[in-house]
Amino acid sequence: MEANIHFPDPSKVREELTQRYPAKVAKKRTKSIIINDPETIPEVQANVRTVPGIITQRGCSYAGCKGVVLGPTRDIVNIVHGPIGCSFYAWLTRRNQTRPETPEHENYITYCFSTDMQEENVVFGGEKKLKQAIQEAYDLFHPKSIAIFSTCPVGLIGDDVHVASKEMREKFGDCNVFGFSCEGYRGVSQSAGHHIANNGVFKHMVGRNNTVKEGKFKLNLLGEYNIGGDAFEIERIFEKAGITLVASFSGNSTVGQLENAHTADLNVIMCHRSINYMGEMMETKYGIPWMKVNFVGAESTAKSLRKIAEYFGDEELKARVEEVIAEEMPKVKAVIDDIRPRTEGKTAMLFVGGSRAHHYQDLFTELGMTTVAAGYEFAHRDDYEGRHVLPSIKVDADSKNIEELKIVADPELYQPRKTEAELEALKEKGLEINGYEGMMKQMMKKSLVVDDVSHYESEKLIEIYKPDIFCAGIKEKYVVQKMGVPLKQLHSYDYGGPYTGFVGATNFYRDIDRMVNNPVWKLIKAPWETAGNGKGAELEASYVTQ
Amino acid sequence: MLLRHTPKEVIAREGLTINPAKTCQPIGAMYAALGIHGCLPHSHGSQGCCSYHRSTLTRHYKEPVMAATSSFTEGASVFGGQANLLAAIETIFSVYEPDIIAVHSTCLSETIGDDLQQITKKAKDDGKIPEGKYVIYASTPSFVGSHVTGYANMVTGIAEQFAQSTGEKKEQINIIAGWMEPSDMREIKKLSKELGVKIVLFPDTSDVLDAPQTGKHEFYPKGGTTVEELKSIGDSSSSLALGCISAEPAAIALDKKCKVPFETVDMPIGLSATDRFIMSLSKAAGVEVPDEITAERGRLIDVMTDMEQYFYGKKVALFGDPDQIIPLTEFLLDLNMKPIHIVSGTPGQRFEKRMKEILRRIPEANFKNGLNADMFLLHQWMKNEPVDLLIGNTYGKYIARDENVPFLRFGFPILDRIGHSYFPNIGYSGSLRLLEKILNAFMDRQDREALEEKFELVM
Repeated sequence: MEANIHFPDPSKVREELTQRYPAKVAKKRTKSIIINDPETIPEVQANVRTVPGIITQRGCSYAGCKGVVLGPTRDIVNIVHGPIGCSFYAWLTRRNQTRPETPEHENYITYCFSTDMQEENVVFGGEKKLKQAIQEAYDLFHPKSIAIFSTCPVGLIGDDVHVASKEMREKFGDCNVFGFSCEGYRGVSQSAGHHIANNGVFKHMVGRNNTVKEGKFKLNLLGEYNIGGDAFEIERIFEKAGITLVASFSGNSTVGQLENAHTADLNVIMCHRSINYMGEMMETKYGIPWMKVNFVGAESTAKSLRKIAEYFGDEELKARVEEVIAEEMPKVKAVIDDIRPRTEGKTAMLFVGGSRAHHYQDLFTELGMTTVAAGYEFAHRDDYEGRHVLPSIKVDADSKNIEELKIVADPELYQPRKTEAELEALKEKGLEINGYEGMMKQMMKKSLVVDDVSHYESEKLIEIYKPDIFCAGIKEKYVVQKMGVPLKQLHSYDYGGPYTGFVGATNFYRDIDRMVNNPVWKLIKAPWETAGNGKGAELEASYVTQ
Repeated sequence: MLLRHTPKEVIAREGLTINPAKTCQPIGAMYAALGIHGCLPHSHGSQGCCSYHRSTLTRHYKEPVMAATSSFTEGASVFGGQANLLAAIETIFSVYEPDIIAVHSTCLSETIGDDLQQITKKAKDDGKIPEGKYVIYASTPSFVGSHVTGYANMVTGIAEQFAQSTGEKKEQINIIAGWMEPSDMREIKKLSKELGVKIVLFPDTSDVLDAPQTGKHEFYPKGGTTVEELKSIGDSSSSLALGCISAEPAAIALDKKCKVPFETVDMPIGLSATDRFIMSLSKAAGVEVPDEITAERGRLIDVMTDMEQYFYGKKVALFGDPDQIIPLTEFLLDLNMKPIHIVSGTPGQRFEKRMKEILRRIPEANFKNGLNADMFLLHQWMKNEPVDLLIGNTYGKYIARDENVPFLRFGFPILDRIGHSYFPNIGYSGSLRLLEKILNAFMDRQDREALEEKFELVM
């Protein structure tokens, strides 16, 4: 498909984006700036080092591990081993909401724990202080689990958080203590931290509790972090449809849920980038297939629900899902019918995350808006081009440092939920079983794909395309808005949301309508800047005649 | 309860910090560097540091915060970050064209022993720094001190690396700003102008982190102390350092390098500290205090007398940074209030000594700073002896809600309200604004909770 809207000459755009760079930098960046063709998807350079000095959106491995994956589970005491900053900055800033069962149930999300490493700990080693901190956390709170996160100096001075954790775990007996080697310098972005987190959660949590929960259609929701209450809305829909959620990785989750996750019969994956490792490992060890879904967008939600019903192959569930969709959609339609005339034909750019830049295109499509350029902050080629490129991805030195767990089928618990033939049949029906087609297939021909967009490139893109809305994060928010273009934060949702499911879709429609049509954008210029100032002009006035 | 696991009983901790009342050095260095015109802060470490600092400063100011990073990977961490920093300097000058790059270190680069002085010298020797451009640096290891230390170190770096003495003294006074808001810096300039004193204020984030919406993003906004001004500070007649922790180290360095005598005064928060600031500045410049300033002072003291009944005996818990806590505690005591629980994560003997002097007026007060002086402890103290008001940064809202205590947002970071970048908290008028906020907090509560028959029209 090709849009009605006019795309600027893509090769010229690419030239303009890179012309200020030193030659070597320009050469490298050019491989990450790609003109899309959904028919023959071109290769995008992704998951490679950011050039030093480039103003990047990216963060670090620790942010991906502690901040993203482990942060949302409410009953783990997450101790950050390192100087104070790392724990401080990840304290409540990601907006993963949580709803403890009762006012007495455990919830440590509001707390920030750190070993506050000092110079003497860097010089003489910090393990002693770490063990002391773990002991104090245990004495104070008696939590089910304590997780330890390594920051940059920890790996460099050789503190072994795994040995320290094991020692304390054995000492306590009733508290699962485990560590993560997620030093900020590992990998090239948050992505390394996601992988490290997946490994740790799989090794230390999943499979510890074999109690089989009641329910006919049991699944885990992977890669959904309950920003702004997204998981609450999905939980509501699941409950209404009669689908049992065993565990969520990790929005609104508990230790108990994660430990029990292997008893589910399906893993549905929202954020492919941050959690696909978990889906793969659970398939190999326990025989649970995973399927890519998307609950961002009302149509996408309906589609995902139908896929889940198709997977379970139960007529009653299929009927129930249709009832839910029939009940929810008219409310969505009423909102979109009102809003769409005001958003139709407008353009958007999305540079965010490892899945959001893809998922949110569905919502813009529902609004009649075109995505003219998009890219991820920390994704890999498979997130752009689809998982079929996995065998051809070169593993470079930065990725080699991240452990790949060797997983084998569990001798007792492995139980394939579907036969090979059944899975093939489901794939034939269009279900993305153990697969993901990536973002580019959905994007228009000639639209632009930019991986790890820099500040400089963002400004240029805005100048060239003049989009009606730009989607990114807090660091970009006010830069873009100073240029007179509204920016929607797709990490924190500008403190709104939820944006998932049916209710979330209507929230998003309203927010985008408000932003692109806000009269304030037309008030930026003072009248004397546009009409000339008063200097030299004559007063225009008249006498009162009565 | 949001902080449902915080017990009343206080048990000493040595290993675990919970809910810190501080953060790490580099963010302070980044903030200070933004107060230099045409300067791009640069974080020599992994990407996460730069990303976190930019995010926190952006949330606090709701303004663009530009900064670059050396983007360390494991290779750089093993072999040293020199190649990364040299590449960064080259890229930054060609893409972002700053006048100055202000490099600060991180725990990562400090642990592996990268020497910023040596690397920046190499950059110069290799011709990577264009003519007329500068690369300055400050060592800011995250495992020493706090964000305030990082600010002080960068301000010191700025003073040391720019100041020149030509041998000819200038009729101007340096005012070295402690960590304060752009609004506060604007107020310092306003007061100096009213006094008729020519000053060089550095750093100066006004017109940088409170920039107007114009429809154009100015990568280097209009504000910030200029290189020209910074070069001239070595010729100034004297320096006034606003804050013994965040500003004085730069004054000492400047005195050592260029023989500029200095005086350190508290940050002018509240009546007494503002009095001392005005006295010191007028003396240093040999000027008389104009009537306008005396009238401004009069308006502040007028409200203090008019509303004294609402302040009397009110117990306060506060947390934050030394140079704010010192004068704020004094101000609360001047108001006849009782600051009974005070913590700050920032260490420092000067700080402790000053607090001991001030707290002689209230011997029952709990005060702790440095290691394990965190908000968890403050909250526990509050559970043991409740207060009428909590003062601190946004993170205090969780305690305030749980304990149903009126809450005054003050300090860094403030993530959930605006105003701090626009309206000062210093000087007489800034102090008046503080009073208004404190009174509103008390009176709104009284209005909300009063029995119907006790509901007052006039207060």
